Amino acid sequence: MTTTDIQNEIIDNFSLFEGDMESTLFYLMDLGKKLPAMPDEHKTETYIVKGCQSKVWVFPTFIDGKVHFEADSNTEITKGLVYLLWSIWNAKTPEEILNSELFFIDKIGMSSMIGSQRSNGFANMIKQMKLYALAYKTKGA
Amino acid sequence: MLNNINNIRLQFPILHQEVNGKPLVYFDNAATTQKPKLVIDALQRYYELDNANIHRAAHTLAARSTEYFEATRKTIQQFINAKEEAECIFTKGVTESINLVAQTWGKANLKAGDEVLVTTMEHHSNIVPWQMICEEKGAILKVIPISNSGDLLMEEFDKLLTSKTKMVACVWVSNALGTINPVKEIIQKAHAVGAIVLLDGAQACSHLQVDVQALGCDFLTISSHKLYGPTGVGVLYGKRELLEAMPPYQGGGEMIKEVTFEKTTYNEIPYKFEAGTPNIGGVIAFKYALDFVNELGKENIAKHEDHLLKHFVDGVTQINLLNNHAITLVGQANNKVSVQSFTINNMHHFDVGMMLDAKGIAVRTGHHCTQPLMQRFNLEGTVRASFALYNTTAEVDVLLQALGSIVKFSNR
Repeated sequence: MTTTDIQNEIIDNFSLFEGDMESTLFYLMDLGKKLPAMPDEHKTETYIVKGCQSKVWVFPTFIDGKVHFEADSNTEITKGLVYLLWSIWNAKTPEEILNSELFFIDKIGMSSMIGSQRSNGFANMIKQMKLYALAYKTKGA
Repeated sequence: MLNNINNIRLQFPILHQEVNGKPLVYFDNAATTQKPKLVIDALQRYYELDNANIHRAAHTLAARSTEYFEATRKTIQQFINAKEEAECIFTKGVTESINLVAQTWGKANLKAGDEVLVTTMEHHSNIVPWQMICEEKGAILKVIPISNSGDLLMEEFDKLLTSKTKMVACVWVSNALGTINPVKEIIQKAHAVGAIVLLDGAQACSHLQVDVQALGCDFLTISSHKLYGPTGVGVLYGKRELLEAMPPYQGGGEMIKEVTFEKTTYNEIPYKFEAGTPNIGGVIAFKYALDFVNELGKENIAKHEDHLLKHFVDGVTQINLLNNHAITLVGQANNKVSVQSFTINNMHHFDVGMMLDAKGIAVRTGHHCTQPLMQRFNLEGTVRASFALYNTTAEVDVLLQALGSIVKFSNR
């Protein structure tokens, strides 16, 4: 599936809650549990994406032309968002990651999570994942 | 108690809105209080009718804005029972008030080996300015510890207080725990060893009666926006003899008597410390907030807020009985204001804050600018609910209900 297909599927799933923020958050927290466990030895200072309240870790590897991510967060709602991002960008080529627009965040009513850079590691995570993709693209070229 | 809370709420336009499809429940009052219509109108009126720079012009608008600006000084003097208006200096907030004292009194009076005492429960704004001046002067910052309930350990204070102590900079009411510190006793003991006392009154002044003469404190800092007034306005109260002996804080207009390129002489207090054009509209509107609080009466406000706090704590006890003590209250001093920090088992405070926001409930989450205090309790942060005069028991019930469902979810 393309990054656009995956995002459309996410938006479909969230549309069941009809904008009810509480149900959205409960669902997000449950989604976070689906994120593959990230080994503690990869949760180091090098791979942390800092935010005021929620921390995110992203550990990238580059296998057969595709970027693979391990990721985690110390808060459950952010972890749910991290899972969604992971499901869109994991095992994709650097070009697919760099060329994709993340339109699902606004559509599922979570744009406030990226609005405030200071308060959230999630916004910085998006930037960081694109930077890793760019680094691999440059290296591979 | 406050009569007719609905009438009071009608005076706060912001309260009557929906957030995430639910009626707004505003419990972040320790961060900033909402503003009554009187204050909002005064701000608007100033810019529509009276805007002029104060103290320096011959025209009518300037005379009017100066008159209103100085009327607030009179009102704040009475509000805290200072001896005279000149002892009340306008600043942009408590942070600036404390920095002013650290950078002027501290510069003139601290020397190597002197000690400054603060408490474990200080806001960063009453730690960092003292760290800065202590580092510059070679003075030592010492910390009065607290108990698990969030009370100051006064016997430890007695041990720390010596002839080396030159300043006790102490929060009157803790923003994170709500603890009311025994400031009268602290002031008496500090004065007995010749130390000066600065009280951080950011939280106290909206809940407690303030009488600086009865307390005997040397400095008191006040925040307008935590007292139903505009942001960007604060007050530093200082005893005349201390303020007169202190060097100026910032150089500029207003604070001078005469300037030549060879030498400048400084203005009298309070103007010596009020360089530059202040937040004139904010100061003028602050008077209306003070009048509003005076009219309701601090005692009535305190009774109402204490009742809300008790209602909340009783509700949490009920939730805990049914849910294996899932909620931990942080800060359970006997003497406290209507501020309650807490954590929920298996839930990050940030997630709790987001889930409450989804129900239209505004609380604060995080370290509350008191990282050393959080370290004392081995916490990264807490959720904090703080109640004000316009809050109702029905609103507390909305919070309790939301917490009940969050606790159930956390046990899934």
